[in-house]
Amino acid sequence: MADISTNSAAGPRGPKPKKTFSRGNIFLYGTLIVVSMYYLLPLYVMIVTSLKGMPEIRMGNVFGPPMEITFEPWVKAWSEACTGINCDGLSRGFGNSVRILIPSILLSIAIASINGYALSNWKFKGSETFFTILIIGAFIPYQTMLYPIVIMLREIGLMGSIWGLVLVHTVFGMPILTLLFRNYFTSIPEELFKAARVDGAGFWQIYFQIMLPMALPIFVVAIILQVTGIWNDFLFGVIYTKPATYPMTVQLNNIVNSVQGVKEYNVNMAATLLTGLVPLIIYFASGKLFVRGIAAGAVKG
Amino acid sequence: MTVPSDPPATTAKRPNRLLKNWMAKLASLPMILTALVVFAGGTAWTVTYSFTGSRMLPRTNWVGFDQYERLWNTDRWIISIKNLGIYGVCSMVLTLVIGFTLAACLDRKIRFESAFRSIFLYPFALSFVVTGLVWQWILNPDFGLQSIVRGWGWESFTFNPLNDPNTVIYGLLIAGLWQGTGLIMCIMLAGLRGIDEDIWKAARVDGIGTVKTYVMVIIPMMRPVFITALVLIASSIIKLYDLVVAQTGGGPGLSSEVPAKYVIEYMFRAQNLGQGFAASTMMLCSVVIILIPWAYLEFGGKKRG
Repeated sequence: MADISTNSAAGPRGPKPKKTFSRGNIFLYGTLIVVSMYYLLPLYVMIVTSLKGMPEIRMGNVFGPPMEITFEPWVKAWSEACTGINCDGLSRGFGNSVRILIPSILLSIAIASINGYALSNWKFKGSETFFTILIIGAFIPYQTMLYPIVIMLREIGLMGSIWGLVLVHTVFGMPILTLLFRNYFTSIPEELFKAARVDGAGFWQIYFQIMLPMALPIFVVAIILQVTGIWNDFLFGVIYTKPATYPMTVQLNNIVNSVQGVKEYNVNMAATLLTGLVPLIIYFASGKLFVRGIAAGAVKG
Repeated sequence: MTVPSDPPATTAKRPNRLLKNWMAKLASLPMILTALVVFAGGTAWTVTYSFTGSRMLPRTNWVGFDQYERLWNTDRWIISIKNLGIYGVCSMVLTLVIGFTLAACLDRKIRFESAFRSIFLYPFALSFVVTGLVWQWILNPDFGLQSIVRGWGWESFTFNPLNDPNTVIYGLLIAGLWQGTGLIMCIMLAGLRGIDEDIWKAARVDGIGTVKTYVMVIIPMMRPVFITALVLIASSIIKLYDLVVAQTGGGPGLSSEVPAKYVIEYMFRAQNLGQGFAASTMMLCSVVIILIPWAYLEFGGKKRG
């Protein structure tokens, strides 16, 4: 820096003051690029393998690009791959996952946003205690609560059905979502709430006419969080549903890890990629909001 | 959790108080039920029934600590605990080191920062099942990494972690790190962004090198971020289940079993509920051991309960 300032009188000569490719920088970029390759490798392998035919896989290497691109593995993974006796492919799991996902998102976000609103604006005696239990509950290993929930679902007749799983997702999504909404509603100036109270607005009126429209960005964050979380769930899917209602992740695992038959690696990778596609699209489409969502989830969750 | 200290004053007002905000209370009912019935009630139920000899169905024939004794005498559980220990320590250290290093690299005002960040974080959007299956394929000895290096001429090259009982846990670790480090990097990056630029100026004036500044000044300043990261990593380690099921299925033999899998196998496959309850109670204990010091550090005396 000192050198440049003394030279500056002589006009724009010599090297640029901002060194873009110093030795340290090359090392830095080199490291980042090598590490990036480790992170990108599996995605690349998935795509490449899913586009090859079986003979090519048997003789070739996993990292080579396909010599002959074929979409047959994709078609097969989607509509023909077998789990046990069912041979209708991943499409069934996809359908189940969608039918689980949509009500779970609507229900969990509706409940959590109302909870957060009540917790920030309508505190009542004990509300903070319930909230504390809820947050502690987020840290308890799921395994401790699995069986009691089986009993509860059996009692209300929802064990094995999609609606049972929806309830489970609503319950386990509640801590983090409630925290998210509570923190957001607490940050809204209280005067707004008080003014509405003075004007005679009640609990639901304030929620629907004032809070809800203001909280749209946080709703988007919550949706991103829930879509990826519920879509990627395996544990609850495998325990609370039966083969006919298995979500996509469970079905994928059953297809790939089944012991019978010849292993068709290209079909397996196509199936894996298909299952990962929904969260990947959400991730790349949402960009910064995804980071915000997981950061919110990460702070205390 | 805390009981009000002035019962005489409240008894007279109680009917009024209960009706005050009744709509808010009604709307919070799902939360109250979840907290009390599912979280508190469910956990208490499991802990209680871990002292019974339940097999196919939960029964109340009390057997004291028998289930725990049997648990700690079962090879499978010991293997599970050992695996979790190895995986846990390695994952903890490596995730922190890699996460922080990547964040520090990205914080050096480089170009394409958001592209690099997207690349490091995208595996976190994928499920453990997908992660496990992809790495199972890459580590496949006949077609994957091993066969390629052999194809290059290094005939004796052996890298087959998933079929070797001694190294299978490191095969899981490779996949687990791939999936999880992006999140920690993101948290670390947010922490680094929160650090005052003046610190760097001061360090430069004093002639302290970049690496030394990171180690001596920045990392101690980021203590809360590190604690958050630690808690996150720890809770994800204890939950480790899907990855094992997808990548190795617990094999070869029992060599990659983990406690979460043990619990589910005993509860839902082996029809031995008591064992499952005892094992899950042990998992709960380990969480409590991690959680209490953290809650103490984080909230101090600020929060009751």
